[in-house]
Amino acid sequence: MSDLSELYQQVILDHYKRPRNFKRLPDANRKAEGHNPLCGDEITVYLHLDGDVITDVSFEGAGCAISKASASMMTATLKGKTKAEAKLLFDKFHKMVTGNREGTGDPAGLGKLEVFCGVSEFPVRVKCASLAWHTLNAALDGKNETVSTE
Amino acid sequence: MITPGRQVTEEACQDCLVGSGNERLRQDFPALRQKVHGKPLVYLDNAATSQKPQVVIDTIARYYLSENSNVHRGVHFLSDLATQAYEGARIRVRQFLNATHDREIIFTRGTTDSINLVAHSFGRSRLRAGDEILISAMEHHSNIVPWQMVCEEKGARLRVIPINDAGELILEEYERLLSDRTKLVSVVYVSNALGTINPVRQIIALAHRRGIPVLLDGAQAAPHLRVDVQELDCDFYAFSGHKLFGPTGTGILYGRADLLETMPPYQGGGDMISAVTFEKTIYNSLPYKFEAGTPHIAGAIGLGAAIDYVQRIGLDRIAAYEHDLLAYGTGLLSAIPGLRIIGTAREKAGVLSFVLEGIHAHDVGTILDHEGVAIRAGHHCAMPVMKRFGVPATARASLAFYNTREDLEALAKGLHKVNEVFA
Repeated sequence: MSDLSELYQQVILDHYKRPRNFKRLPDANRKAEGHNPLCGDEITVYLHLDGDVITDVSFEGAGCAISKASASMMTATLKGKTKAEAKLLFDKFHKMVTGNREGTGDPAGLGKLEVFCGVSEFPVRVKCASLAWHTLNAALDGKNETVSTE
Repeated sequence: MITPGRQVTEEACQDCLVGSGNERLRQDFPALRQKVHGKPLVYLDNAATSQKPQVVIDTIARYYLSENSNVHRGVHFLSDLATQAYEGARIRVRQFLNATHDREIIFTRGTTDSINLVAHSFGRSRLRAGDEILISAMEHHSNIVPWQMVCEEKGARLRVIPINDAGELILEEYERLLSDRTKLVSVVYVSNALGTINPVRQIIALAHRRGIPVLLDGAQAAPHLRVDVQELDCDFYAFSGHKLFGPTGTGILYGRADLLETMPPYQGGGDMISAVTFEKTIYNSLPYKFEAGTPHIAGAIGLGAAIDYVQRIGLDRIAAYEHDLLAYGTGLLSAIPGLRIIGTAREKAGVLSFVLEGIHAHDVGTILDHEGVAIRAGHHCAMPVMKRFGVPATARASLAFYNTREDLEALAKGLHKVNEVFA
């Protein structure tokens, strides 16, 4: 069993208490909602896409420390990235938190998002960490339905 | 050869839970004797499911080792043995509920299955467009969704008795909602999310004054309160075996015989028939009419053993012990900075639901788990209750008679740790 401090790192707690880009985006041209029925986490991700480039991103919602910090750090990372780059990050992030070390699972390149590495030791919390990313993915794909982790 | 589990005899239990505490009883539960994450397990998730005493585990093992056979069909020795054990369990359940007849006891897969049985059989055959089913605002999803499904099919309407800020039913509103359109009242006896004990005698009396039958969801009441269905005068009573120290996949529907007689079968298959031709089937009598297919024989027998076990201790004694424990836990939790208890009804049993300011229940659950303390974090299959109290989720510690004051102290200590992590 890994140490609790691996999960609740200061950076994560900071993003939970003071989430970045935690607002509705008035000029968003993409939006998706995500829901984790297990714990009641709800999130809305707003995107402003200029062609293929994410020019702005924000989120709203309620959730646990892991899901909120993950959403906050995701939005802080994504600005200026292309759709393809964002999808690649999602893939790497997902593999990191699920403990999948194969293929592109090398967390290198995730930068600050590597603080979520400890989540893989807490299987029941993987959905919390990945909810924002699944929702982002739906927004990028222009899907209108609510994303559920179940 | 298996060794029979230690059984609590009447004498051995003379002073358990009262004078000598529950140390001897705790020894009956092997799962309590383990460590998780290097810490002694403090199991406070009993409203989700209870641990099983050795005698229940041994009873199930013995059935598979030496009695296994199908019931109600064989002429051979083992089949007779299995049938006797299975029907013996039904008698124990009948005595446990103080029902009048064995045929009023139907084995199901659990409370959910029991309520679905009533919704499908009673609901679909009785409901007409414009009719109403009355439930409360503190129901588990299992006492909401089956009614929504049948109401949608029949054009009937689901009405909801509101609750106050303490988590108590507003009886005046209930009276106002009762009408000639009401065809059934289906309410929870003890709320799984709030711990509220509902005034079911009053609820039943008011409904009966209008000739409306009442179903009680007894899933949380069964392990905490002595139930006498004749004295309560309820028409249906549903509960689960696994919350009563018995196996998962077992449950009971008690129904008044005259009502059950008039209800069509829930599922078709073997055992529920007395004669089948391709033109017509004559259904079996009660209770078999509602028990299609080979039942969970081992489970039913295990549930019988669990009921024996609980009755040796005595539910009145259990209720008194847990009442003290709940008061002690409420005091401990109330002293924790930022903690708000959700569900503060005057009459409560077994449940401490709470939120910590600025900290999500899921995080509370993870940190407590790290300390060996098992609680539930989430909406407790009662999302409307969460909405009513304006919280996305709560953390919930729920008690059984094998819990101790030390368990609650470990919980409180763990909650201080949660506050430290998020300080």
